[in-house]
Amino acid sequence: MEWFLQQLINGLALGSIYALIALGYTMVYGVLRFINFAHSDVLMLGAFSAYYVAPAIEKVLPLPSVLGALVIILISTLICAGIGMLIEFLAYRPLRNRPKLTVLITAIGVSLFIEFTCQHKSVFGADTKPFPQLLPATDFHVLGLIISSNDLLVVFITAILLTALWFIVQRTKMGTAMRAVSFNQQAAALMGVNINKIISFTFGLGSALAAIAGILYALKAPGIEPLMGVQPGLRAFVAAVLGGIGNLPGAALGGLLLGLLETFAGGISGLSNYRDGIAFAILILILLFKPAGLLGKATIEKV
Amino acid sequence: MLEIDHLEVSYGSIRALHGISLKVPEKSIVTLIGGNGAGKSTTLRSISGLIKVRAGNVRYDGQDITNKPAHEIVARGLCHVPEGRMVFANLTVMENLHMGAYLRKDRAGIASDIEYAFTIFPRLKERISQLAGTLSGGEQQMLAIARALMSKPRCLMLDEPSLGIAPILVRSIFDQIVAINKERGLTILLVEQNANLALSISHYGYVLETGSVLIEDTAEALRKDPQVRAAYLGG
Ligand SMILES: Nc1ncnc2c1ncn2[C@@H]1O[C@H](COP(=O)(O)OP(=O)(O)OP(=O)(O)O)[C@@H](O)[C@H]1O
Ligand SMILES: [Mg+2]
Repeated sequence: MEWFLQQLINGLALGSIYALIALGYTMVYGVLRFINFAHSDVLMLGAFSAYYVAPAIEKVLPLPSVLGALVIILISTLICAGIGMLIEFLAYRPLRNRPKLTVLITAIGVSLFIEFTCQHKSVFGADTKPFPQLLPATDFHVLGLIISSNDLLVVFITAILLTALWFIVQRTKMGTAMRAVSFNQQAAALMGVNINKIISFTFGLGSALAAIAGILYALKAPGIEPLMGVQPGLRAFVAAVLGGIGNLPGAALGGLLLGLLETFAGGISGLSNYRDGIAFAILILILLFKPAGLLGKATIEKV
Repeated sequence: MLEIDHLEVSYGSIRALHGISLKVPEKSIVTLIGGNGAGKSTTLRSISGLIKVRAGNVRYDGQDITNKPAHEIVARGLCHVPEGRMVFANLTVMENLHMGAYLRKDRAGIASDIEYAFTIFPRLKERISQLAGTLSGGEQQMLAIARALMSKPRCLMLDEPSLGIAPILVRSIFDQIVAINKERGLTILLVEQNANLALSISHYGYVLETGSVLIEDTAEALRKDPQVRAAYLGG
């Protein structure tokens, strides 16, 4: 029982991070119908933004502290939202009417470009850097469980962000326009929607979430390096597909599920080396029975 | 009010419009008729900015709007209800109407226009929180027209509002088109396969054939024209 609860908490924390990243994949897929492979690098850039912003903030605010951490997260988020929008503007917008495969290959190119540029010693360098302690970390011992304050924070922040995102998408004009654009761009344009603005906004929003996820991931990781986004990015992409690509609640659900699967498989002694194998085998099984993903539906169009 | 002059449009290497010219005077109803592939939809799509024009120009309210982006053209009060309706299936009826009012900020005006939409299409009111994708074809057409009206256009372009709809519903939709024209003073450019019905409510008509204007005349004269009768009005 204790073991179970412990794994549950660890899994939720990991899954929350996957969920935040998966939302970005699924949102971009929703409006442009392609997988933005550079998304995982925005996550890495989020962690590096925080890494470089932190010393500057430390001169003004004490670190580790909640306020200091919030300011750093906010600044890094804005930087990454800008980077995400820039990637769309420079790399994807010129290819808007090209075949999706062209855009997909471009996305892979952008991803590799960012990763290897950042590895150069005049940029970040390829070595692993220790991530600064942004928050006062303590472990709570409750009912024999060890709950780290970071894990609680990850789950808490994710819950707030998911709610905020739900509100934006379901209740604001911008969100309604996003859903309209994802259904039919031409019809949305005929309503007076500036498609480019909506797509830009979508990239900004997804990248902001990725940046936060990147920082949260870095807090749990031993350190940061330019390829750190690849592993969680790939898992989050799988999570988005698992939930039903293009479906926002699906991405969140897929992320949590994948985090839990991975943690539980890893927690069984003797099996921990096979944790990815087990997690992905279960995924394949789910997709065999629900090819459109857990919450994805085969769309029906009336003519 | 709307004037197009020697419009030429191509899809890749296929020329769809070979220099079409037409005029839609203020507060009138003008119809484009013609067989499949004549270029009717292409004409509307090039006016509303959905496709690029290769040559010729489009003037609205005395201003050149040729090749302006679609969202800017709506802002000028020229709204296009596309063929196949294109309602947002993943949005509710209410959200669709709000999308129609996307460029407006006058909350009170939007609310009263939604009420107006419900008075002309009462069925929509009963389905206010239903996803548009679950509406019947006729209801979707009503929603598409209502949604377009939400942008407060002065000129409305309708592409085959009767397509795939039961005759009785077609009649009522056409009655509403006439009412919108008379009561709200909207200028209407109508594209129809159902030429009889379209000409019966129009002031003027153009007959398109393979991307060119074949005949143009008052609706009344077109309905009597033996050539038009034979080809489009079933004798
Ligand atoms: N997206 C496209 N790509 C290539 N050719 C197209 C495209 N859309 C239309 N065409 C061609 O342009 C011509 C005019 O088509 P258009 O849709 O304007 O006809 P229409 O008069 O509206 O016909 P219908 O009554 O069947 O709707 C046709 O020959 C059609 O095949
Ligand atoms: Mg057509």
